[in-house]
Amino acid sequence: MYLARVTGRLVATTRTRGLDGVKLALIQPLDERGEAEGAMLVACAALSVGPGDLVHFIDGREAALALPDETFVPVDATITGFVEQAIVCGRDLTDDLTDEVATRDAGEGAR
Amino acid sequence: MFLAEVIGTVVSQAEQIEALRGRTLLVVRPIRPDGVRAATRPRIAIDSIGAGVGDRVLVIDEGNSGRQILGAPGRPLVDAPVKTIVVGFVDSVEVGGEVIFDHAAAPSANSVR
Repeated sequence: MYLARVTGRLVATTRTRGLDGVKLALIQPLDERGEAEGAMLVACAALSVGPGDLVHFIDGREAALALPDETFVPVDATITGFVEQAIVCGRDLTDDLTDEVATRDAGEGAR
Repeated sequence: MFLAEVIGTVVSQAEQIEALRGRTLLVVRPIRPDGVRAATRPRIAIDSIGAGVGDRVLVIDEGNSGRQILGAPGRPLVDAPVKTIVVGFVDSVEVGGEVIFDHAAAPSANSVR
């Protein structure tokens, strides 16, 4: 599994059989400093996530197994859960996130 | 399998994934045999041996092996989305006849650069 931040949602109306009702999210994998590492991915979401959330995701065949209903589907990345706390190299990665989400929510409230 | 250093911990409820309930999640950074970090992103691994931050460990990254390790003996987990598992502590690494890592000799001086 890897750490990632949810950066957006994605809608695809026409899709392969077995994926009906599966939510899709854009995620940015993170390195040990909590910074973007590599390209953004589209991942299935086994739970309800929104932009800004810190999550973990699984790739490969296990991504399909992580889905709640149909597990024999062509999927290669699935968000497996929210990260409540991640202390990496002595730094709490969730601290930065709390600030960012707070800033975002404050901005949305002002509009 | 690959060598890695444990660099952090993750707390997550992961209610959706039954196989993750009660498991310790560790952030591991893949390293080369000489201890230099490999050019791949860190992973979140499920602990099966009681490893902690600073330990140099052996990590498996294959689903069927993971389901065997986390299941009861002879009864692997069925269809569990688990893949990356910490399966061993590294005591020493020898390459080309030369010991390039020895935990017993200098456990603290061997940390990842």
